[in-house]
Amino acid sequence: MEDAAVEVRDLVKRYGPVTAVDHLDLRCRRGEVTAVLGPNGAGKTSTIEICEGFRTSDSGSVRVLGLAPDDPGLKPRIGIMLQSGGVPQAARAGEWLKLVSRFHAHPLDPSALLDRLGLTDHARTPYRRLSGGQQQRLGLAAAVIGRPELVFLDEPTAGLDPQARHACWDMIRELRAAGVSVVLTTHHMDEAEKLSDHVVIIDRGRVVAEGSPAELTGAERQLRFRARPGLNLDEVLSALPPGSAAKESPAGHYIIEGQVDPSLLATVTAWCATEGVTTEDLSIERRTLEDVFLELTGRELR
Amino acid sequence: MTTLDLSPAPGAAPLAQMVLAQAGAEVRATLRNGEQLLLTLIIPILLLVGFSKAPFLDVGGPRVDFVAPGVLALAVLSTAFTGQAIATGFERRYGVLKRLGATPLSRTGLMLAKTAAVIVVEVLQIVVLVLVALALGWSPHGNPLTVALLVVLGTAAFSGLGLLMAGTLRAEATLAGANLVYLLLLALGGVVLPVSAFPESIRPLLEILPITALTDGVRSVLTGVGGFPMGAALVLLSWAVLALAAAARWFRWE
Repeated sequence: MEDAAVEVRDLVKRYGPVTAVDHLDLRCRRGEVTAVLGPNGAGKTSTIEICEGFRTSDSGSVRVLGLAPDDPGLKPRIGIMLQSGGVPQAARAGEWLKLVSRFHAHPLDPSALLDRLGLTDHARTPYRRLSGGQQQRLGLAAAVIGRPELVFLDEPTAGLDPQARHACWDMIRELRAAGVSVVLTTHHMDEAEKLSDHVVIIDRGRVVAEGSPAELTGAERQLRFRARPGLNLDEVLSALPPGSAAKESPAGHYIIEGQVDPSLLATVTAWCATEGVTTEDLSIERRTLEDVFLELTGRELR
Repeated sequence: MTTLDLSPAPGAAPLAQMVLAQAGAEVRATLRNGEQLLLTLIIPILLLVGFSKAPFLDVGGPRVDFVAPGVLALAVLSTAFTGQAIATGFERRYGVLKRLGATPLSRTGLMLAKTAAVIVVEVLQIVVLVLVALALGWSPHGNPLTVALLVVLGTAAFSGLGLLMAGTLRAEATLAGANLVYLLLLALGGVVLPVSAFPESIRPLLEILPITALTDGVRSVLTGVGGFPMGAALVLLSWAVLALAAAARWFRWE
């Protein structure tokens, strides 16, 4: 399996009575960006940390760049960004990055990397006095400074402001363009949709769906609009081609799915006109990854 | 915007470079930390000056000849045990050990770096304390190599104990515990108060403490009263073997 950056088969991880990872299979191809999505507690971090060699599995097989996760030969080849922490509180940002660069044979220039991530002005700031977003960016810098083949990013944009998030996205795109494989976990569906070649949705320790963002969201488009609650949708459906679907969720928010084309749009608006219904925010949209995610993992809070 | 060549070019640096870089970072962190300096330099200097000048002690002979060896032993305790335990405990708590474990610096490399950093700080402490003691009129005797051997054994014993504490307790418990142990050993271990000042009944217990072995051993060499302090060396060696084995067995990295 030469082309797999990460190959996980039948992975199981238990914490006491809790099964965090339940016979999970995961394959991340080389040179691609793979996004691992899932609600809190779905088993994302457990899976990633087993791949990173931080935790051991109860059963199953894991190969990272063709090696076992605890293989010492793997460390120089992968870059890791933890969800948080990992840096001494008193360490200055620039000194920490320089230190990590000294562990590698062909590192990036630390000051160029600081500059690239907008941290130059904070090079002498102790880690504990950096903002959350600055700490995240320093973590990203440390993950890529050794010029790895594969990068694991655990929620890289959590807590970032929009500018910093875009800087992080640019870095991920550049990594991909340079031939680096990237595995990232995220709660931001737009991030997964924009950046990744392959999306894996995990829930309750299992993969519930995977594919490219386009495959997961499907080619189908939706007509959405707002109007007064309680419209009789059966009437509008009888006027639409067979195979169309209509729903009101939540009250006053309508979604028509099917062959969304100009004639369907005309039919719906004509029907609203004869019923004396004023529509607002009428739009045609593709299903988003967030829709797919919520359908698969449910709406209830955990 | 700066362009960076992100194309993969992985590889570990040579072990010596990694260990030196990490050791340098640890020495800098120690020297910048005010609380660490209090324990490693300021308290030892104050004790050295205070107990050499003030007439608290009746030790027969110049007081500085008695106090200086004790303070040198205290310096080893403060760096190898207290400082190392606290720093490592917080490194563990903040995921630094975990993060470093994901770099090409192996655990062996990290331990070598910590050992090197402790030795560098000890050498700095010893230089400063010896200069202060000489200024106070200290006249040391004995073989410096014997003292160095005792310092190495003491460093191994205290490092083992410090890492055992840091690797098993919560960081806050390590902080409190390591400071408490420092104070207790300072008071009980013959550093500035001779063990003979304590009741006969508890003396055998005090004499098997690693700090007592180190102070007595270093003091007997530097005052030139005896030959090689075999008893002290054996006590320190035993502590070193037991503590390092226990730390290797129970240390949790995360």
